[in-house]
Amino acid sequence: MQDIEQPRADAPHQGGLGMSRRSFLRHSGTALGGMAAAAAALKPLMELQDEDIPSVDAFIQKHYKEMDEAEMAQALARISAKVEERFGIEPNLRDIKPKEGVEFVYALNLSRCIGCRKCVYACVDENNQSRSPELQYIRVLEMPKGTLDLEAGNHDYDRPTVPSDDHFYMPVQCHQCADPPCTKVCPVEATWQEPDGITVVDYDWCIGCRYCEAACPYWARRFNFTKPGLEPEDVNPDMSYLSNRPREAGVMEKCHFCLHRTREGKLPACLEVCPVGARKFGNVLDPESEVSQILKNKRIFVLKEDVGTLPRFFYYFDERYPRSGAVEEG
Amino acid sequence: MKEYGRFLWRCFRLSFVGDWRYHIWMTLLTVVALFGLNAYAKQLVEGLATTGMTDQVSWGLYIANFTFLVGMAAAAVMLVIPVYVFRNRELHDLVIFGELLAVAAVIMALLFVVVDMGRPDRFLHLFRRFNFPISMLTWDVIVLNGYLLLNLHICGYLVYCAYRKRPPAKSFYIPFVFIAILWAISIHTVTAFLYVGLGGRPFWNSAIIVPRFLASAFAAGPAFLILVLLVIERFTRYQVPDKAIATLRSIVTVSLLINLFMLGSEVFTELYAGSAHAVSWKYLLFGVHGHSALVPWIWTAIALECLAAVWLLIPQRRSDVAMSVACAFIVIGIWIEKGMGLIVPAFVPSPLGEIVEYVPTWNEILICFGIWAFGLLLFTIFVRISIPVLSGRMTFDREYDPNLPDSPQRASLEPDSGSMAQG
Repeated sequence: MQDIEQPRADAPHQGGLGMSRRSFLRHSGTALGGMAAAAAALKPLMELQDEDIPSVDAFIQKHYKEMDEAEMAQALARISAKVEERFGIEPNLRDIKPKEGVEFVYALNLSRCIGCRKCVYACVDENNQSRSPELQYIRVLEMPKGTLDLEAGNHDYDRPTVPSDDHFYMPVQCHQCADPPCTKVCPVEATWQEPDGITVVDYDWCIGCRYCEAACPYWARRFNFTKPGLEPEDVNPDMSYLSNRPREAGVMEKCHFCLHRTREGKLPACLEVCPVGARKFGNVLDPESEVSQILKNKRIFVLKEDVGTLPRFFYYFDERYPRSGAVEEG
Repeated sequence: MKEYGRFLWRCFRLSFVGDWRYHIWMTLLTVVALFGLNAYAKQLVEGLATTGMTDQVSWGLYIANFTFLVGMAAAAVMLVIPVYVFRNRELHDLVIFGELLAVAAVIMALLFVVVDMGRPDRFLHLFRRFNFPISMLTWDVIVLNGYLLLNLHICGYLVYCAYRKRPPAKSFYIPFVFIAILWAISIHTVTAFLYVGLGGRPFWNSAIIVPRFLASAFAAGPAFLILVLLVIERFTRYQVPDKAIATLRSIVTVSLLINLFMLGSEVFTELYAGSAHAVSWKYLLFGVHGHSALVPWIWTAIALECLAAVWLLIPQRRSDVAMSVACAFIVIGIWIEKGMGLIVPAFVPSPLGEIVEYVPTWNEILICFGIWAFGLLLFTIFVRISIPVLSGRMTFDREYDPNLPDSPQRASLEPDSGSMAQG
């Protein structure tokens, strides 16, 4: 085999790297050609729209926890202006802090749920989720009676009317774990657990690595694989920084227990719309709250207790045969 | 400093010098890399929707290639250990090739992470709020970049010393060599921890994945190096000592057998117990509910690895051609097993039991090819430069001349100068 480093027999001896005029021209030609090819390769970038390129303010904006009041006001003003520019709607955007002495908990009555998926769509409407492609925080599983094996569940059931007699229905959304694996893995702390137990995402800080999505045992996280498609008539102008303000492409989002509602004393959108009262929500630190009573008196369970993430989302069944009177043991 | 600038300029110019085969190879790689860049530009505009990934299978080809390449990078130490720990001198110069491969592999691995990011424009957030030591990804950022710097320092220093025709100062690189040995194991362990630490993914949540990572890396990396050395021997004047290939070959054989053994142990544990957790393995090996996209791939990988193992164990087959084929089988087999075979099944079924299959798009595949082409381009340039420098044909007092024979005072990399050149 010929040696790759041997000069061509017909080439004039040039003393290695010495450069003649001809080779100079040839090299310039190669360099120009290379640059032209690189420019052609990058041509799709011309299609980037101005609003998709981060502004200087957005670029230097601090992490949520590092912003003082003035900086937060500035960030809110910037985001509001952007919403107004894109949708022609002036949003009521604010940053709502958690209340002292509150820890939110959700309880879902599987005996009542009829699988109508009204919660799924109420959530989408409330939280300015992408309509195209569709992005939903709540997934309702149609389960055959007699098993709690999730793999037996049907995600795509499509019936003219619900419920089906042979099935029960199990809605799943973020379980707001007390020991959340998703916040642990985030390399930039773009997601964390708030003092009232809600795990939130700073959409302006997320780098889109999707490690949290891999870590979540409940499939509660959603990624914006492209720019969320949201029409102006679908926008809910009641927004907060950590919850339902419109998202950008390439960031993670998730259920936040409608914190812009619940931190102001209202109930989550999914609960309000439920036609059968299967959904219960409240402050577990208040012993008189409905959820505290349910946790105390009902036979509750959590999904995948073995992964040990301590969910704040509980399921229960109504007891068909309540216990009556005491019976002697043995 | 000025001398160093001149060295870099000469290296840059030398990277354009070669015969027609070299030019065709480099042009081809450049073209593929540019196609990949073009595909990435499209992805930047449209978002990751241009890939086949979904909320169900949220990591795909990019992370698969990343995982494989971390292994390739770590495998460079398998050359370093015999030389510096067991004082095997025949391999001495070859260490540089292993470490240059590590540099190229780490750069490729980092590029694969970058193209997987939804918001690469927020890359600097890593410096502004770094979730260390809680997030394993921050550990990986540290160990991968540290490994890159270590290897750049070691190769860069040794090559530059050869260029200046002066013996390298032991204290300036030997400590780094030993740090790099431990560091190489760390990049692999940390990358495995990324996956095994996730309790919600039973397919990954298994301790044996970590040693399996190391074993498969120590098979695929040296196998790739054997291929590289055979190419170097064929196309350049550089003489690769037979002993070097033989040493690498035993490393590959042993690592491959250990890897197959651990793979078997894992498959047995999962399938014999038959718990619900085994469903991802069933999906990978046999398919479930009519979904079987990965089945032909994993059996190809297992077949290639077994064939290569048998081939390497038969002494009669020690010809270069047979060995190249076996090494290529190993590289491809482990690429499948540790890439698609390790990443994708963890997402199927989803944590809620939904089965969504992953099929990469052409745009995604083009980006992968682009990064591989770019990495091979870098590695070819590294080798192209280091061979004439190490054999004394380009030094500070002499420009590169393809007609000159190897310098009689060939610069030696041995710290106790000259013993190898005279020997």
